[in-house]
Amino acid sequence: MVHQYKLNGYNIVLDTCSGSVHAVDEIAYDIIGLYKEKSPEEIAEIITEKYADENITPDDVFECIEDVKALEEKGKLYTPDTYEDMAFDFKNRNTVIKALCLHVAHTCNLNCEYCFASQGKYHGERALMSLETGKRALDFLIENSGTRRNLEVDFFGGEPLMNLEVVKELVAYAREIEKIHNKNFRFTLTTNGILIDDDVIDFCNKEMSNVVLSLDGRKEVHDRLRKDYQGRGSYDIIVPKFQEFVRRRGDKSYYIRGTFTHANTDFTNDIFHMADLGFKELSMEPVVCAPDDKSALTKEDLPLLFEQYEILAKEMLKRQKEGNGFTFYHYMLDLTHGPCIYKRISGCGSGTEYMAVTPSGELYPCHQFVGDKKYLLGNIYDGVTNKEIQNEFKLCNAYARKECADCWAKLYCSGGCAANSYHASGKITGIYEYGCELFKKRIECAVMMKVAEQFDN
Amino acid sequence: MERIKTIETRDLKESAVKGGCGECQTKGVANQQCEEK
Repeated sequence: MVHQYKLNGYNIVLDTCSGSVHAVDEIAYDIIGLYKEKSPEEIAEIITEKYADENITPDDVFECIEDVKALEEKGKLYTPDTYEDMAFDFKNRNTVIKALCLHVAHTCNLNCEYCFASQGKYHGERALMSLETGKRALDFLIENSGTRRNLEVDFFGGEPLMNLEVVKELVAYAREIEKIHNKNFRFTLTTNGILIDDDVIDFCNKEMSNVVLSLDGRKEVHDRLRKDYQGRGSYDIIVPKFQEFVRRRGDKSYYIRGTFTHANTDFTNDIFHMADLGFKELSMEPVVCAPDDKSALTKEDLPLLFEQYEILAKEMLKRQKEGNGFTFYHYMLDLTHGPCIYKRISGCGSGTEYMAVTPSGELYPCHQFVGDKKYLLGNIYDGVTNKEIQNEFKLCNAYARKECADCWAKLYCSGGCAANSYHASGKITGIYEYGCELFKKRIECAVMMKVAEQFDN
Repeated sequence: MERIKTIETRDLKESAVKGGCGECQTKGVANQQCEEK
């Protein structure tokens, strides 16, 4: 399967099943499009006629056809899809748990209108995870991690800093037991920033491999939806805290992570605002909410969003050249050391390698399913008891959806987010088409940036 | 003349043989990284 597109002056050809990327001239671009449909003689006739002004001869065309044929023979173009059988063998695969999302606080000190977790409570009661429950969750992770050494734990909520003492004690406990079991815990924490102080900064910069700091961009954009319970915006409180946090973080990872909605379809201005505030590691995600929500992105927004992603890619290349670049999470492709085919088929690992733990110790496939009893997997005391649901997730991959069969992006998205599919279609193997469209655009932009970097080098 | 420039990428077919170590990390997979570098 081959995908061809033009962007920012580059003609790009992606070969889905080999992962190959080619940058080609106009003539090769047209020839690659015709190669499987026409004979060499027919292609030569079409191309010489189209490019008559450029004195392209039939021999020029035949030479290019030979190059295309050579790439096909090397397995870098028109590579057949031989991975489907591999995908359906996944049900028999023994997976280990690699990561837990610890919901240490089902409560929040902000009242953000678009919160998928219903202001942190996940459609339930306010709750804080106890130290005992947290310790048991860490033990559960070790017990179910097999021989894997690196274990990831994300402190999440709600607002996890509302249960900071438990977070600290859990990290200390993990540091004790990791030595005994020859494991290495890597912690992350996602916060709205309100409770950040010197103590939090020192603790997180020592113990957290990554921190995710929620900021939606420009003050008026951020404050429109990220308010406290008195209706006051949080921008002025959190931005100086984030700046100090990041300044003292040195070279450790962080993300300034925003959400864009129907109200700011010019979201690149929010990303540039983050960069202008001095932040360099950025992420901006489309809101996921009910279609009738006033924040929901609409079909009419889609062309605007496509344009925004292109503007972002071009501006990032420009700033990179000027020496003041920044990273954008979805454009961070590693073409040479990226994921292998097993990872590309199996996806994010929700429900199998990754689970969310509620304050009471219930297990869900990921944080986005928390509170939906249909997807309750079990608990940290008895383990996964709902094997039927877990098996659904084992098979929820790039080959589980017939709609994805002919999609060039399926080995970049692995079939997409199960939760988004579920909320859009009622089943985890459904399709969230809007998300697909945005994802494909982001990949096109990300690959274009890689091509541009190659040409610049 | 060179009309096609191939960008260096990881060969997915080869990764079916050499990959699958399972050491990679789990709010898509395109921007994930390996942790057979």
